[in-house]
Amino acid sequence: MATTTVEGATTAHDHSEDVDFYRSSRGIKSWLLTLDHKRIGLMYLAGVLLAFFAAGLIAIIFRAELLTPQIDLLAPATEGGATVGRELFNKLFTLHGAMMVFVFIIPAIPAALGNFLLPLMLGAKDVAFPRLNLLSFYVWLVGTSILVVAVLVGQLDTGWTFYTPYSTSTHGAAPVILAVTGAFVLGFSSILTGLNFVVTVHKMRAPGLTWNRMPLMIWALYSTAVIQILATPVLAITLLLLIFENTFNVGIFNPAMGGDPVLFQHFFWFYSHPAVYIMILPGFGVISEVIAIHSRKHIFGYKAIALSSVSIAIISFLVWGHHMFVSGQSEFASALFSFLTFAVAVPTAIKVFSWVATLYGGSIAFTTPMLYGLIFIFTFTIGGLTGLYLGTLSTDVHFHDSYFVVAHFHYVMMGGTVIAFIAGLHHWFPKMFGKMYNETHGKIGAVLVFIGFNLTFFSQFLLGANGMPRRYAEYDPHFQPLHVASSIGSFILAAGLMWIAIYLVRALISGPKATANPWGGASLEWATTSPPITHNFHDTPHVDSDPYNFPEIDHSIKTGHH
Amino acid sequence: MTGLNHTLLAAASDTAERYDSLVMFINILVVLFFVLVIGATVYFMFKYRRRHEGQRTSPVKHNFKLEFLWSAVPTVLLIVMFAWGFNDFTALSQTPSNALPIRVIGKQWNWTVSYPGLDRECTAEMTDDGGAETEFVVPVNRPFTLKLSSEDVLHSFWIPDFKVKKDALPNRYTGYTVTPTEVGSHRFYCAEYCGANHSRMAGTVHVLSEADWQLWLDGKLEGMPNCKVDPSAPDYAPKLFVKYGCAGCHSTTADQAVLIGPPLYGLDTKGEETMEDGSKVATDDNYIRESIEYAEKKRVAGYAGKNMPVFRGRISEVELDALVNYIKGLDDADNGPTNDGTDSE
Repeated sequence: MATTTVEGATTAHDHSEDVDFYRSSRGIKSWLLTLDHKRIGLMYLAGVLLAFFAAGLIAIIFRAELLTPQIDLLAPATEGGATVGRELFNKLFTLHGAMMVFVFIIPAIPAALGNFLLPLMLGAKDVAFPRLNLLSFYVWLVGTSILVVAVLVGQLDTGWTFYTPYSTSTHGAAPVILAVTGAFVLGFSSILTGLNFVVTVHKMRAPGLTWNRMPLMIWALYSTAVIQILATPVLAITLLLLIFENTFNVGIFNPAMGGDPVLFQHFFWFYSHPAVYIMILPGFGVISEVIAIHSRKHIFGYKAIALSSVSIAIISFLVWGHHMFVSGQSEFASALFSFLTFAVAVPTAIKVFSWVATLYGGSIAFTTPMLYGLIFIFTFTIGGLTGLYLGTLSTDVHFHDSYFVVAHFHYVMMGGTVIAFIAGLHHWFPKMFGKMYNETHGKIGAVLVFIGFNLTFFSQFLLGANGMPRRYAEYDPHFQPLHVASSIGSFILAAGLMWIAIYLVRALISGPKATANPWGGASLEWATTSPPITHNFHDTPHVDSDPYNFPEIDHSIKTGHH
Repeated sequence: MTGLNHTLLAAASDTAERYDSLVMFINILVVLFFVLVIGATVYFMFKYRRRHEGQRTSPVKHNFKLEFLWSAVPTVLLIVMFAWGFNDFTALSQTPSNALPIRVIGKQWNWTVSYPGLDRECTAEMTDDGGAETEFVVPVNRPFTLKLSSEDVLHSFWIPDFKVKKDALPNRYTGYTVTPTEVGSHRFYCAEYCGANHSRMAGTVHVLSEADWQLWLDGKLEGMPNCKVDPSAPDYAPKLFVKYGCAGCHSTTADQAVLIGPPLYGLDTKGEETMEDGSKVATDDNYIRESIEYAEKKRVAGYAGKNMPVFRGRISEVELDALVNYIKGLDDADNGPTNDGTDSE
C-alpha cells in the first residue's frame, strides 16, 4: 500500500522566503475586508471566544449565588429585594444560555475552526464563495448584537427557549421578537457558511481527494452544513408567525387569542433539536482527527463514522418531540419521538466504539490535544449514556426540566463540543499561528478542566435525580451540599479555562516557532507551512492515499480479513 | 422550612416503583457500557502508550463482525428500553374508576388544589418575599387523578417522590393518575419556568392513612391544613363572584363601568326590573337564582344579544345561596368585588 505523498509537503521548505497570510498584507482594513478564509476563521475565533468568556463569566456569577439556598448575592437588601434578586438570576441564566447556544457553540467549530481548515484540508485555495464567507461573518456580528441587545435592553428573562405565552405576555412580545430575530440572523449566517461549505466540498477537492479519502472532519462539517441549510429556515417561519400574531392579533401561540403555546414548542425544537447536532457533529469530526493522528493509527471504521454523521443529520430532524414528553403533546406522538430518539443513539454509539477501537494497537502520545480527545471519550460517553434515561418515556417524566437534563446537555455540549473545540484549538494551534504552546502548561490545563467539569456537572445529575428543578433561583436546603460541590467545580473549571487562555496568549507572543507538521498528520493542511501562505499551497496538491495512512502503520501484520 | 429529610428519593408511589425497576435496568446497562468503553480506553492508553518514536502500529482499519455486533446489540437493548418506558408511560394516563379526582390550577406563583364535590380547596397566598407554599392531602393506596390547567403561563406539576410530572397549560386540561404508597410528606415543585418567583412556586403533599383521611374529610384531623371552604367567611361570596366570572360582565357599584350584563347593585331597593318584552318582574330571591342558573329565561331591557352561560349544575347549592344573598345585599354604596383586588390581599 502506498504511503501518503503530497506535493506541497516536499516543496514547503523551498518556498520559506514566501510570507505567510499574516504578513502578506497589513493594517486593520486588510483584516476587516479580507476574503481569506483563514483570516475570516480567525476573526470568528476571536468573536466566539469573547462570547464564550462573557457567557461563562455569567455562569460563574449564578453558580456563586447557588452556593446558598436563599437568594442573597444578587438580591438588594431592600423590601421585595428577594423578588428583584430572583428576576436578576433569571435574566442571567437567559443570557448565559442564549449566548452559549446561539453565539458561541453553533459557530465555534464550523465557523471558526471550519473556516480555517476546510479549504486547507481539501487542498483548495479558499472556499467556493469568499465574499459570501466574509458576509456570513458580518451577519454573525449583526445577529450577535441584536440578540445581546434584545436580552439586555428587553430585560429578557425567558430562558434561551423563549416559551410562549410567558415570553410574549409578561413583558410584551417585542423583546422576544427581537431576540428570535437575533437568533434567526445568526442562523442566516450559518446558512451562508453551510452553503459555502457544501459547494466547496463538492467542487473544490484537490485532484485525487475522492469522497472516501476526505478527512472525517470534512464529513462532519459537510453533514453540519446540510443541517444548517435545512433547519434554520424553520426559525424564520417561527419568527414570522410571532410577528404576524403580534401585528395582526391572529392567535397562533397565544391562548388568549385562541392560539396554542405547545405549537411554539414544536416550532422551536424543530429548529433547535437539529441545532444540537449542528453543535456536536463538528466536534465528532475534530475527535476523529485528533485520536487517529496522535495514536498513529488509521481511524477505525472510516465509512461507519462518515455514514453515521450523515444518518445522524437525517434522523436529527425527526426527534424534536422528545423535548415535549410532558408538555401535553399526545402520548402517541411521544411514543414515536421516543422510538426515533433511540434510533439516533445507534450511530452515535458506533462512533464512540470506533474511536476506542482506533486506540487499539496504536502508538498513543499524551499530547495536550490527545488528552482532550480522551477527556471527550469520557465525558461524551457519560453524556450519551445519560441520554438513555431521557429518551425513555416513563423515566423522562421524572427527569424532564430537572438538573438531570441540565447536567446531560452540559456533558454533551460542553463535555462534547467544547472539549472537542479545545482539542481542535490545541491540535491546529501550530498550524493557525505558527507557534507552539508549552506542553506541560497544556497538561495542567487539561487536568483542571477535567476535574472542574466533572465536579460541576456530575453533581447536577444527582441533584436532578433527587428532585431539583432547573431554573431555580432558590432551592430547598437539603439540596445544598450538591449545589456547593457543583459551584466549587465550576470555579475550578473557570480557573482551568483562564489558565488555558493565559498560556495560549503567552505562546502567541513568545512561543517557539512551530514546524509545518508537528504531529505528523497525513491530511493536506499539514502539507503546507505553519502558518500557511495566503493561497494555502504553492502548487495544487495531489492525493493518492487516505488521510490516516501514517508511516508508523505496520502493513506486514495480518488483520485477519480481506 | 419543609421539615423533610430525604437524601435519597423514596419510592412513594406505584409509578415510582415501576420507575425504580426500569431505572435499575438502565443503570445496569449504563454502568456496563461505561465500564466497557472507558475500561477499554484506559487499558489501551497504558498498553499502547508511545514508548519510542516511530513505534509500529496495527494496520487494522475495520472489522465487519465487530462493527455488526456493536451496532446490533445496542439496537436490541434500546428497543427493550423503549418498549418498557412506553408501557410504564401509558399507565400515567389510565384512570381507574375509584380514583380520587383532584383539580390543580397553577398561576404565577402559587398552586390551588381543590377536591371536586368535597368543598375543599387548598391554596397559599403569596408571602411578602414572593413565595407560596401550598399544602394538600391525599389518602394512601388510592389512586388520584390530577386535572391540571393554568390561569396564565405554562407551569408544570412535579412530585419527585412520586416520579410524576405534567405541564399545566392555559388553554386545555392535562393530567395524570398516580397511587401514593407511602404515608408521609412529599415536596412538589413547579418545573416549567414561569417567571420571577418560579423557584418559590412549591409545596407539600401529605399522604394520609385511610383512617386519617376519613378524619380529614370530617374536618377533625389535627396538624394538617383542613382546606375547608367556609361559606360563612365574609369574603366567600365575593370570591365566588370573581371565580365564576360574574365580575367580568356585571357591575356591583354605581361607579363601575362594566355594562356587558345588567348592573346588580340596588336590586332589592328597586324591587322590580323591566324586561326586554316590557313586562316587569319582582327582583326576589327566586329571580336572582333563576338568572344565575338559566339567565336566558328572562332578559332585562337593553341587553338583547348579550348572552350569559347556564350555571345550573356547575355551581353547588351552598355557593348558589351565598351568591343570591350577596347580590341581594348589594346597594348603591356597596364596595363590590373587582377582578384585581382579591389576589393581593
